Amino acid sequence: MVDILIDWLVALLQTLAFVVLAPLFASLVKRVKCRLQNRRPPPWLQPYRDLRKLFGKQVLLAETASPLFRLAPYIVFAVTVMAASVVPLFAVDLPTAATADAIVLVGFFAFSRVFLALAGMDVGTAFGGMGASREMLVGALAEPALLMVIFTLAMVASSTNLSTVVTALLHQGVILRPSLLFALLALLLVAIAETGRIPVDNPATHLELTMIHEAMVLEYTARQLALIEWAAQLKLTLYAVLIANTFFPWGIAEDIAPLSLLRGMAAVVLKLALLGMLLAIAETVVAKMRLFRVPGFLALALVLALLGMLSYNVLEVT
Amino acid sequence: MAALFLTLLIPLVAAIALAFVGGRPWARHLNAYACLGGLLASLWLAWSVLEGGPVGGDGSEFYVDAFSVYLLALTALVGWTTAIFSGPYMANEEAHGRVTPHRMRLYHASFQGFLLAMQLAQSTNNLGILWVAMEGATLATVLLVSLYRTPQSVEAAWKYFILCGVGIAQALFGTVLVYFAAAKVLPDPELGLLWSVLNRHAAQLDPVTMALAFVFLLVGYGTKVGLVPLHNWLPDAHSEGPTPMSAVLSGLLLNVALYALVRVKMLVDGALAAAGGHPPQLAGYLMMGFGLLSFLVASLYIHRQRDIKRLFSYSSIEHMGLMTFAFGVGGPLATFGALLHMTVHSLTKSAIFITVGHASQIARTQAIEQIRGLIQTQPAVGWGLAIGTAVIAGFPPFGVFTSEFLLLSATMQSWPWLTLPLLVGMVVALAGLLRHLQPMVYGSAPEGQRAVSANMWPVALHLALVLWLGLAIPGFLSHWFDQATQLIAGKGLL
Amino acid sequence: MDLARLSLQEQAIVALAALILFTSFALLAQSRLLAIVKTFAWQGALVALTTALVGYATRSPHLYVSALITLALKALFVPWLLYRLIHRFKLLREQETLVHSGTVLLLGTALVIFSYHVALPIEQLAQSSTRPVIAVSLAQVLLGMLMLITRGKAVSQVVGFMAIENGLFFAAVAATHGMPMIVELGAAFDVLVAAVIFGVFFFHIRDSIDSLDVDQLHRLSETE
Repeated sequence: MVDILIDWLVALLQTLAFVVLAPLFASLVKRVKCRLQNRRPPPWLQPYRDLRKLFGKQVLLAETASPLFRLAPYIVFAVTVMAASVVPLFAVDLPTAATADAIVLVGFFAFSRVFLALAGMDVGTAFGGMGASREMLVGALAEPALLMVIFTLAMVASSTNLSTVVTALLHQGVILRPSLLFALLALLLVAIAETGRIPVDNPATHLELTMIHEAMVLEYTARQLALIEWAAQLKLTLYAVLIANTFFPWGIAEDIAPLSLLRGMAAVVLKLALLGMLLAIAETVVAKMRLFRVPGFLALALVLALLGMLSYNVLEVT
Repeated sequence: MAALFLTLLIPLVAAIALAFVGGRPWARHLNAYACLGGLLASLWLAWSVLEGGPVGGDGSEFYVDAFSVYLLALTALVGWTTAIFSGPYMANEEAHGRVTPHRMRLYHASFQGFLLAMQLAQSTNNLGILWVAMEGATLATVLLVSLYRTPQSVEAAWKYFILCGVGIAQALFGTVLVYFAAAKVLPDPELGLLWSVLNRHAAQLDPVTMALAFVFLLVGYGTKVGLVPLHNWLPDAHSEGPTPMSAVLSGLLLNVALYALVRVKMLVDGALAAAGGHPPQLAGYLMMGFGLLSFLVASLYIHRQRDIKRLFSYSSIEHMGLMTFAFGVGGPLATFGALLHMTVHSLTKSAIFITVGHASQIARTQAIEQIRGLIQTQPAVGWGLAIGTAVIAGFPPFGVFTSEFLLLSATMQSWPWLTLPLLVGMVVALAGLLRHLQPMVYGSAPEGQRAVSANMWPVALHLALVLWLGLAIPGFLSHWFDQATQLIAGKGLL
Repeated sequence: MDLARLSLQEQAIVALAALILFTSFALLAQSRLLAIVKTFAWQGALVALTTALVGYATRSPHLYVSALITLALKALFVPWLLYRLIHRFKLLREQETLVHSGTVLLLGTALVIFSYHVALPIEQLAQSSTRPVIAVSLAQVLLGMLMLITRGKAVSQVVGFMAIENGLFFAAVAATHGMPMIVELGAAFDVLVAAVIFGVFFFHIRDSIDSLDVDQLHRLSETE
């Protein structure tokens, strides 16, 4: 009984850590980018201050806004938190692992995207509609690639359960798997597109005509904006953890002994820090591409994911 | 062995020499003499093979048996007569400013290089070298197709290069597969591509791999044979290149590609027959199918042609289809017929192209509609074209009739129903050829059409040989064919 | 076959094969001529590296020679030649207009699946640890053909042609650890001559149609 309770406690702790630490990850990326571009970085806790400030403000609603517009931020945030609860952060085999299905995770992402797009169109401004349409374009192309990556992982590990996948990859020994290489590359591209980073979208500005995410949420204020921003940071962290823990699972805790949990936390912090720095470097050296080239970018992701799947079948199991 | 090396050495030396002096006026005589030397060497080789059995084999990189030696001799013969024809023909082209001495150098060197590649392909024992030689033949001729540098000829050459290159690549893949199958049977990998060794161990080769290899080899060498639907390069390359080139392409290159195909078919048949389970005649069926398709499609296309060289290149596709079909049918009778048909087709088709070259020089065009009244202007050329066409269409008493008759009776024996499409195809092709031929040779010549200096005796020689083969195949020749038939079909006809 | 049972070199060979397959797709997707040539050079280098690795894993020293020839020919000489010609004809910024690029890529994956099925019976026979690579080499040949079919510029057609050659060579290495030396030398010689003739052809084509757009070569047709 106590064991089960502790299990649940750790699972809860894990989700909570996700939600709380997500702004910190965004802050890390921003700070490294500032350093690379010779700017003075904002303080570490700036995202939290922003969120606090936004939560304290008064909500301003457009006259044309429907209840959906008001509801959307809560749905988006809640769904993203639920998605966070299924991704193993520092421990596997927690009670939430039973629901940790990768396809469900994709479903969560799609769900929140749909509501975000609906909200973007709801007010009826030009930017909102444009942003929504672009977001759906990106989503429609990125999702198949993401699913393909997940299928590759599922074939390698014989399961779509994220927790099982991570365990299986942890125990496979030193193997050069071309399928995983391709899947990793594809997932990186998908993550960049889905979280609206350069070169697909620029998170630092809402003054560009080609913006995607910012155009959709242009009408939000105060706590609604805060929730959406927070959800976006959470999504970025989610993708980062997904990449870090599935493809580089070393160090993750396999039981809930305090020592291994601590080791798991240290490992994931290290991995995320590395990944965040990589992202910052990539965003610094790569220029944003024109919107018309985004489908090509995502087609590359799709082909990579397909190649991953094919090379698993052709090269690894015959 | 000495005869064999001489056969290969003469074109090699000639190609290198002509690469330097090919532009001189006397180079064309050198070209012809080199070909004559090659012919004599190959006849010596043929005699020694007939007397003493196969040359080379087993561990050797060379292997010449009755099948290849007869093609070697044929290649040398047609090469020689074409070289004789090419002398005055190319001089005429040079006089009209269509080629420069610089390009004549390229032309002569490529001509000998092509002959070298052909002879190498037919004398090597190594399937890999066979491939290299086939690719070499493409490389040697591709710049000849674009010799006139007109946009059309450049296009034809590019098409030829790309299509044949891609096709031959498939053949290499097939060769790799054969080597792969052999590596499992033979201890020494260095022997794994030698045909004579493979043939001895054919029964042990893995049937699935060999069947797959044959599909790739059929596509690869079939492109060179001109099998439909891989034939697109052939009419273009024939019509845009200089006429001697068309003659050797049609008369020799297609033969050698078919030779390569038959060689690998023998291996595949051996592997499949021993294995059981698979259709043992898979290779034969495939060849029959592609051959029949090419035969029928080409005989229909003959009707639509407006260019005289394209007309006869489709006729070549038709006849190559027929031979492929016959080799596919297998059995002594069909094989004997196919070997005979290879010979008479080579002789006749090169004779026709030589005549066509003169005809188009007379009319200054290759368009059928503007070639008129050849008999009136220059009876030798007119009659040459008329007789040559009649021969290729299968009129008795010429050799083509004999071989086609043999093929038909062989088909009647084993596949009675397929005789019908064969007959229909022959009639359709005949009608197509005669329809175009009649106004070209008869009728009144246009004003100002003058005779050109033409050397018609290669044509006469070829047609006389074909007539001889039609009336009575001389004993030594039929013995020779029979030896080749024994090699391919397992037992002789006589 | 379980990948885990292979030695590290063999795993590296399999991974390299996958990378080579990727370069084939990259060739299909590229539109800038210069990028195509560069990708092709990388492919040649990868093939050479794989050859050397196979030679090391199977202790067949003659593969080192083949690897060297491949490196010199496919990764250095041919790309250099094409690069020179691109410079010469001022095609540096030239782009190919790709029609149905998405469909072509999907067709490419279909070809990979097809070659996998074709190669399956052969692979089952192979004792070699690198046998899955056979399917990749066949796929590479077919992808090269696809590139030849879908491209209209002479340069990209040449690259497609040479990519087919790469695939064939790779097939020989993967299936049988290379062909007898004399055949490989002959094939390399053919490639060399072909490359030179291609170069000559560029001048002819440019002279005759004032561009290297092979799609404009359509004077010859059946129905005139």
